[in-house]
Amino acid sequence: MRAFPIMAGLVLLAFQVPALADEIWVSNEKDDTISVIDIETMEVVRTLEVGERPRGITFSKDYSLLYLCASDSDTVQVIDPDTGRVLHDLPSGEDPEQFVLHPDNRYLYIANEDDAITTVVDTETRRVIAQIDVGIEPEGMAVSPDGKIAITTSETTNMAHWIDTESQQLFANTLVDQRPRHAEFTQDGAELWVSAEIGGTITVFDVASQSEKAKITFKIQGVHQDQIQPVGFEMTRNGKYVFVALGPSNHVAVVDQKTYEVLDYILVGRRVWHLAFNGDESLLFTTNGVSGDVTVVDVAERVALKSIKVGRFPWGAAYRPTN
Amino acid sequence: MRRLLMVCLIATWLFPVLSAEADVHTTIGYLEKVVPPPPVLSNLDPIPGDLGLAGAQVGLSDNETTGRFLNQTYLLESRIEETEEGFLTAARELLKLSPYLVLKAPAEDLLKVADLPEAQGAILLNAGAPDNELRNKSCRSNLLHTLPSRSMLTDALAQFSLKKKWIVWVLLSGVHPGDVAYANALETSARKFGIRILAKKIWEFDADMRRNAAQEVPLFTQNFGDHHLVVIADEPGDFGRYVAYNTWLARPVAGTEGLVPSAWDRTVEQWGAAQLQSRFEKAAGRSMQPIDFAAWAAVRTIGEAVTRTGSSNKGVVRDYIFSEKFELAGFKGRPLTYRRWNGQLRQPIPITHPRALVAMAPMEGFLHQRNDLDTLGIDQAESGCTAFEG
Repeated sequence: MRAFPIMAGLVLLAFQVPALADEIWVSNEKDDTISVIDIETMEVVRTLEVGERPRGITFSKDYSLLYLCASDSDTVQVIDPDTGRVLHDLPSGEDPEQFVLHPDNRYLYIANEDDAITTVVDTETRRVIAQIDVGIEPEGMAVSPDGKIAITTSETTNMAHWIDTESQQLFANTLVDQRPRHAEFTQDGAELWVSAEIGGTITVFDVASQSEKAKITFKIQGVHQDQIQPVGFEMTRNGKYVFVALGPSNHVAVVDQKTYEVLDYILVGRRVWHLAFNGDESLLFTTNGVSGDVTVVDVAERVALKSIKVGRFPWGAAYRPTN
Repeated sequence: MRRLLMVCLIATWLFPVLSAEADVHTTIGYLEKVVPPPPVLSNLDPIPGDLGLAGAQVGLSDNETTGRFLNQTYLLESRIEETEEGFLTAARELLKLSPYLVLKAPAEDLLKVADLPEAQGAILLNAGAPDNELRNKSCRSNLLHTLPSRSMLTDALAQFSLKKKWIVWVLLSGVHPGDVAYANALETSARKFGIRILAKKIWEFDADMRRNAAQEVPLFTQNFGDHHLVVIADEPGDFGRYVAYNTWLARPVAGTEGLVPSAWDRTVEQWGAAQLQSRFEKAAGRSMQPIDFAAWAAVRTIGEAVTRTGSSNKGVVRDYIFSEKFELAGFKGRPLTYRRWNGQLRQPIPITHPRALVAMAPMEGFLHQRNDLDTLGIDQAESGCTAFEG
């Protein structure tokens, strides 16, 4: 009985899309929807209705579940990516904006933007494990590859807060430039990168000492310095490059992961916010909040290939293999 | 009568934080001189009693949150006075406690505080007086301004108007001193940006417009020639609200009414502003107004300098505020800094109508050799302020 509607759905999907290709899932902040982009055809193949003000979006490690911050619904929704159905809600604390899934595939570290709190939720028992007081407007979230350190950045306090995932307590707080937005560890876990939107910089920290190691600045000819606002960024797995969304400058910067040198700038849509690679990292998808579209970038050539219209104010993006 | 308000908001959080920083404590004073508002035709929008102070309190709690990770504590000591004597006494007392004083008072009272012997070397932050003169010839080296000047507001409106090709204005002004100053600022901005003011009329009606705006306003605006925009100078909000939709020709209304340039408005929600708005609403139970924003920015300025320098020494703080390093994230889409020649906080100016943000000045294309924010207000070249030199 239960299998039938799913089968029918798949048949319908197969009818519309000849081959089941990998997908990019995009949360549309002002539409309360997710747009699912087929990577092969570069078209939106599904639009899912979700909770209010969807922002942070990530898949479980085996891609069987989608986690979504429905900020104004004050919950994290757990969605079956095959059916698009909301399976259940997780307690998330108020106004969850962004989160990160621990490498153990079990604990979600959630930034509660309005509450100056990081909430840790066990996705199995669906219980809150810990709430950690952090600075005002927590947003950027990261977990070290070994799972020992979680990071929350706070936009108004201008700090990276270092959380010991064993004790769920802060063990360091480091100042960064104005309005930190996003944090990522390098693949080897030796460095933490934090972007500062208003400061216009990325600060690179040495993880062992939590001390500042380098600061990256950006310059685009013909664009006022104040408009160059680093927000989301993604690192390539080969350890070579970092692609940085530069907000209202409408560009993505390509940075050398080792030398911290800015190699290139790629023109994309308006107010570029977050990014996601496809499986082999040959393509990069950027969410452009103001133009309401997603730009597809050829990673090797460093040029924009196409714009795909999605919902209003696309915010986050996540890759999902389907084969 | 004198009211003493003590706002002690020292965070007493216990935090398992490793920090190399030494303990730093900073007291910030807040001083207001109550000015009874002039009578207006409509009482629809009463002025909140905590206008300004509520912003300072949110700024303090923002400072404290950062401070608790760095062993830094903050205290806001506020006084609200009704007489000139009480105001000056309170200023002296607050300056004994702290060199940092946020002020909401008329221009002449600000200058009296700035000229007190106790205030020399202090950092006074003007959050309530928009007077151009305070940023010009009457400037004081110990007086910074977080509230935009009238010229910054009217320049913002003129830039927007020019962008829309609304290049012919007619000006309606009240007779309140603020109205006259605002009207002068509008005329200066019009000259600066090449806008023609076709006619200027002074509003002197003493009829109650709630009853007969529909009859009076069309006649009052009938003999103007053709124009693009009606600009209104009515700071207390007396007659301005009755002009829109009652003009002889169908024309938009801007200035202190209709399309309004300001330091802050509840319709600003981009650039992370929504979070500041909701923090403020939670704390004050109302929406944030321009003077609240200016008081918030004043308290945050001190907090930002103390956070970054790890010192509450007034010399260190002042040097940092005027250094290249200082940046205040003011939720207006770009870093806010201070003009070194007159102490004015550079800031984008939202241009709003009651339901939405229409534009954020400076408008694209208005360029400046230093910083395009300096296309708003008195620029260094034309400034008569010399107190900051040397």
